[in-house]
Amino acid sequence: MATRYEAVMARKGEIMKRALGMDYAEFEWSPIAFDYEGMMGAHGYTLEQIRGIQRAAGVGGTPLLELRNLTDLVRSYAEPGCGARIFVKDEAANMAGSFKDRRASVSIHLAVEKGFAGVIAATSGNYGAAVASQAARAGLACIICQETFDSRHVGQPEIVEKSRICEAFGAEVVQMTVGPELFFHMLELLESTGYLSASLYSPFGVSGIESLGAELAEEMTALTGAPPTHVVVTHAGGGNTTGTARGLRRLGARTEIVSASVDLSGLHMASDTDFNRKSFTTGHTGFGVPFATWPDRADVPRNAARSLRYMDRYLTVSQGEVFYVTEALCKLEGLERGPSGNTAMAAAMSLARDLPGDATVVVQETEYTGAGKHHWAQLAFARAQGIEVTLGDPADSVPGASIVIPERPEQIRATEVDLGKLHRSYVRNALRHAGEGYAPTPEDIVFMAEDTNTSPATIEEMVAGLSAGA
Amino acid sequence: MSDEFRCLPGDWVEVEYVLLQPADRATGLPEDTAAQPLRAWVKGFALADGMIGDEVEVETMSGRHVRGHLSATSPGYTHTFGTPPPEIVGIGRDLRVRVAEYRAKAGE
Repeated sequence: MATRYEAVMARKGEIMKRALGMDYAEFEWSPIAFDYEGMMGAHGYTLEQIRGIQRAAGVGGTPLLELRNLTDLVRSYAEPGCGARIFVKDEAANMAGSFKDRRASVSIHLAVEKGFAGVIAATSGNYGAAVASQAARAGLACIICQETFDSRHVGQPEIVEKSRICEAFGAEVVQMTVGPELFFHMLELLESTGYLSASLYSPFGVSGIESLGAELAEEMTALTGAPPTHVVVTHAGGGNTTGTARGLRRLGARTEIVSASVDLSGLHMASDTDFNRKSFTTGHTGFGVPFATWPDRADVPRNAARSLRYMDRYLTVSQGEVFYVTEALCKLEGLERGPSGNTAMAAAMSLARDLPGDATVVVQETEYTGAGKHHWAQLAFARAQGIEVTLGDPADSVPGASIVIPERPEQIRATEVDLGKLHRSYVRNALRHAGEGYAPTPEDIVFMAEDTNTSPATIEEMVAGLSAGA
Repeated sequence: MSDEFRCLPGDWVEVEYVLLQPADRATGLPEDTAAQPLRAWVKGFALADGMIGDEVEVETMSGRHVRGHLSATSPGYTHTFGTPPPEIVGIGRDLRVRVAEYRAKAGE
């Protein structure tokens, strides 16, 4: 007999079809390819209409700040003539404290338009607060499923704070122990309540981030005379990279898109014991790499966040570097913000150091800070979990065992991820999910080339290499 | 009277329940996770009186009725800003000096 878990998972297709507010089947072309742009445009809203929805929801139009002190700090040790100007888009100024309000506002608008009585989202991140806040404004019920605790009932202070803020906005938060079955319980709740699944990965949510890219292009042009030369994006599930890049492109900006994650290699994201051995609960490689190389692992049939389409470079930084930069930002710029959102800031300092002085690097988000969601609290928690915290060269840190705080800013050095490896991994995953013996069609090859921002020739070579190796 | 150990109907409380026993969990989990039940906690208004550990039904903010063992009455939040980590406290002082020195030199 099927367990309750198996029974619910077997009904996944029908539950999701009703709960997603759209039918993904009409965009399918083959086991590999689908109509991505068709799916993204299915809601029928133009960028201007989305910006209108967001203005009415109190979202967007956040300050763009030039960080002159941080720029001069980088120039103090950069090679002569190097040291790009560093800017930040202060997304913490959104109502619920992060750029996630942009995603949530469009999903909630859709929920109201389609007559749903409530919304459900599975998230341990800022998205929960954003959905809860927007749902409160719209008069909708809201349930947030959150992976909060290990089996000892111990939770990261950062996540516990995110439970609190969701509850402050009137959401019901289902706090769970570690495990991917969070998705199973979300399905049960969607089925029993009839609410909308406000997935992070829906076209509605990801379209909501395009306004951020558009604002960057417009505001940088007003401030410096041109769109930014580089935008650094904290990368996890891929929506931030995807939406920001799409928004910049819509305004015609030819900005280099640099994604950045905290390096958590070696830690297992579904492990009960590893759960509290990391200080970052998002913006890390544990999401960033798997979601880049297989976006459709998400809680929707086809993920609207497809980061390899847009990523020009992918950098990783260590936990200690991000904590250092978080403190530096407080003391040099008067900007106290949450550590996770500063992942891109650490990468930006490393990037700006190597760029010419007339380049412009924009870090496209900050997130709110508070008790728990604060670098001091997180370092104290890490220590209490037996993580060694020391001063030294961050290159020596081992995720899950040690956090090394740089002794000097020169030691902030991001690591370049080989995008070619990620592209190969993407192709391997696409072929595996298409099923054994499936031979990709020319249409599939073109789709995979677009999905990785490579060429059909590159994809054909990878497919041939993978089948030869198999 | 309600207190730390006892709730009355209408009190804001937290209940704990098991969603999946280890045998019913997904396959392919790491061993440490697979050995544990999947547990959940939710807050709501108590629909009956009870002592900590008793089975109690609550009505959540979304209006759902959930049964679980009473795990807290008046559940609050105790997370903090922590204490200043010694590895962090000197960063601001040192970097302000560096920026001032760079500007003095650049202005020469």
